[in-house]
Amino acid sequence: MDNNNTLFTITVFSENHVGLLNQLSIIFTRRCLNIESVSASRCSIPGVHKTTMTCYSDRVTMEKVISQIEKRIDVLKAFLYTDDEIVYQEVALYKVPTCKLLDEEHLEEIIRRHNARILEISRDNTIIEKTGHNDETEALFEELKRYDIRQFVRSGRVAITKSPHELVDRFLAEQEERKMRIGK
Amino acid sequence: MSENISGAEAMIRGLVAEGVERVFGYPGGAIIPVYDKLYDHTDELIHVLTRHEQGAIHAAQGYARVSGKTGVVIVTSGPAATNVITGLSDALMDSTPLVVITGQVSSSLLGSDAFQETDVVGITQPITKWAYQIRNAEEIEEALGRAFYIANSGRPGPVVLDFAKNAQNQLIEWHGYRKCDYIRSYNPSPGIPEGDLRRVADLINAAKKPLIIAGHGVMISGAEDALRALAEKADIPVGSTLLGLSSMNSDHPLFKGMVGMHGNVGQNFNTNRADELVCIGMRFDDRVTGEPDKYAPQAKVVHIDIDASEFDKNIKTSAKIHGDAREALEGLLPMVRENRHTDWVRSFDEANAVEREKVIKNAVSGTDPTAPPHMGEVALKVSLAAGADPVLVTDVGQNQMLSARYFRYSAPRSIITSGGLGTMGFGLPAAIGAKMGAPGRTVCYFGGDGGFQMTMQELGTIMQYGTAVKIIVLNNDFLGNVRQWQAMFFNNRFSQTPMVNPDFNKIADAYGIANERVMTRAELDGAIRRMMDCPGAFLLNVRIDERDMIFPMTPNGFAVDHIILNENEDIFTMNDDGQQ
Ligand SMILES: Cc1cc2nc3c(=O)[nH]c(=O)nc-3n(C[C@H](O)[C@H](O)[C@H](O)COP(=O)(O)OP(=O)(O)OC[C@H]3O[C@@H](n4cnc5c(N)ncnc54)[C@H](O)[C@@H]3O)c2cc1C
Ligand SMILES: Cc1ncc(C[n+]2csc(CCOP(=O)(O)OP(=O)(O)O)c2C)c(N)n1
Repeated sequence: MDNNNTLFTITVFSENHVGLLNQLSIIFTRRCLNIESVSASRCSIPGVHKTTMTCYSDRVTMEKVISQIEKRIDVLKAFLYTDDEIVYQEVALYKVPTCKLLDEEHLEEIIRRHNARILEISRDNTIIEKTGHNDETEALFEELKRYDIRQFVRSGRVAITKSPHELVDRFLAEQEERKMRIGK
Repeated sequence: MSENISGAEAMIRGLVAEGVERVFGYPGGAIIPVYDKLYDHTDELIHVLTRHEQGAIHAAQGYARVSGKTGVVIVTSGPAATNVITGLSDALMDSTPLVVITGQVSSSLLGSDAFQETDVVGITQPITKWAYQIRNAEEIEEALGRAFYIANSGRPGPVVLDFAKNAQNQLIEWHGYRKCDYIRSYNPSPGIPEGDLRRVADLINAAKKPLIIAGHGVMISGAEDALRALAEKADIPVGSTLLGLSSMNSDHPLFKGMVGMHGNVGQNFNTNRADELVCIGMRFDDRVTGEPDKYAPQAKVVHIDIDASEFDKNIKTSAKIHGDAREALEGLLPMVRENRHTDWVRSFDEANAVEREKVIKNAVSGTDPTAPPHMGEVALKVSLAAGADPVLVTDVGQNQMLSARYFRYSAPRSIITSGGLGTMGFGLPAAIGAKMGAPGRTVCYFGGDGGFQMTMQELGTIMQYGTAVKIIVLNNDFLGNVRQWQAMFFNNRFSQTPMVNPDFNKIADAYGIANERVMTRAELDGAIRRMMDCPGAFLLNVRIDERDMIFPMTPNGFAVDHIILNENEDIFTMNDDGQQ
């Protein structure tokens, strides 16, 4: 498909149950969609879990994916975003030989210019951390390449919306209200 | 007052507290503690022992669909759990409430490739509404409560509880059982905003050529009366999906037949002439829409469904009502104006008259008394002889389409058929469950020789429980439906569709089931009468000519109004003034 080139960010608010990630991933697998990145953590509401995923696709497909995700019993609410609707970050770690850092005067300058920082230095290796968007961590990767990157890893995207609250608030409030009604 | 009981006992007590009267199942090592406790409760919980776990789950589906209650299945781990997979997938597709309890190895052994261990939750997550593993007996009350609540609320579906053996044996303090009616992450019955009803009512009031398509959701929500009232008040013709059949009486003047691939001509032709489609509790299956881009091009489509993920999934809609069909229709009723669409309603009858002449007449009758009868002929005659409000249970294939088309429906929940998955072998066990769920109604199973043999072993269940199902095998010694496609689209190359069959009458004899053979049209009436007079189960082995086909047909990839009428591939035509 030629229409497949928007990167979408999906955030899912759910219960933190065994098998939750499987429930989400099978929805992508079934449609032959590749999950580019995934990260999961608690969110600001106690007991609610937040999973952030990214995926290249088109809007129509992704909207269907969202409604299938929301259909899962353990899911409270799911949201779909393009990059302009969120603030997001990734963390990358790079391991380079310490001797290169000491020998090559450029290296320190590169780290400073990229707003990266050194996490740990040992006799053999230096671990550099860079937080930023994919293109930024990728740019640092390109520059460090010639200093012999021994290991590299990048986290899944984490994202926060521009709205003042967790967007799942309204759903939770409605559910609370339902609970009161049933209780009566 | 509390007492100490085992997890197995708690499970049984929970089932009884949920109002379960009957379970379908098959024992084995990893579920033996539950079967042991069941032994103490045989007065309040009937267990039906099928001959295969697939039979158990299809029986539970038949039971659930005829009664609206949740079907319950109990099986052991490993191969037994994998034997229910087809039924789970079928039940998810056809919105059928089930709670399936599978035994599992002890939690300490999970992940060790223990004997008969299989990853049941992992396997079933894609084909269930919810799947959960109980590893600690303290979880039973909550897990079982949620299972029943989830299975039979909102859009019904199958739930799996994978019950580890250590939890079955574990002793817990029992304080009684409380049903679940709330889950934080799940809202099965969203309220319908008045504005949504208003918008749809306005569309209906403005329509010149409206058409209602009633789906399975109409019966799931018990909206049959509201549907009829709405159709009558606004004078709107009604069609139904395969699974929506019997939501309106076949004889109602506004009921114009089935939609879709093998539906009625008037419906399919007029779907693409309508200016407004009101689709209730149906999900626009591709067997219904044909080529979606060419579906109802002139119509505003209104969709009423309880499952939000169905909206705009296959067909773009102009307006939607998210909620229960009955609530929606009852809300719409006072807002919809009394109206007449006389010419429009008549146009269905004109198209259907052509169908009657060119298709139906040949399908339900014949002139040669020495020739085998047609499938449709058998179905119509059986349904007319079956007394008040009979239930049709079908297998899959030509037998399914032709019995569904020609059976007469006089009460809701009168057709039980595997629609979405099209599971051959579904019919016979589902008929057993249907008879147990509706003992007062005559249950008529129609199957082909192929599908019948996929679960034929359930004749043993019929024998053991004396289940009075009428078993009609439409025997053409062929995988008929595939043969039809080979004849129409593959140049008569009958690759692997002829079948050499055993003598089904002798098989029925071996199970002590009364039976007859019908080779010719002349023998049919008498045999049907004797079948219906027989108080118990009866097998009618009916010879069918393998060249018989199902018509009309909208072939794959075509618009719904591209309708083939017969083997000569004549296409239905009619201009908009009703002229042919
Ligand atoms: C060989 C073969 C041929 C077939 N040919 C045809 C054919 O010609 N025509 C045809 O129609 N089908 C045909 N089918 C069946 C088809 O594949 C589908 O199974 C069928 O169309 C589905 O009908 P449905 O959408 O009404 O029911 P379901 O698939 O059961 O969907 C029910 C819908 O109702 C909704 N719902 C559930 N509860 C409620 C509630 N309380 N309130 C509101 N909504 C609710 C659900 O969310 C869902 O969207 C054929 C199948 C086979 C195997
Ligand atoms: C489990 C399964 N396997 C294969 C199919 C594909 N299939 C659909 S209809 C059909 C032929 C059915 O033949 P038969 O049971 O004799 O019924 P008939 O069409 O002749 O009435 C087949 C093989 C299916 N639907 N289900």
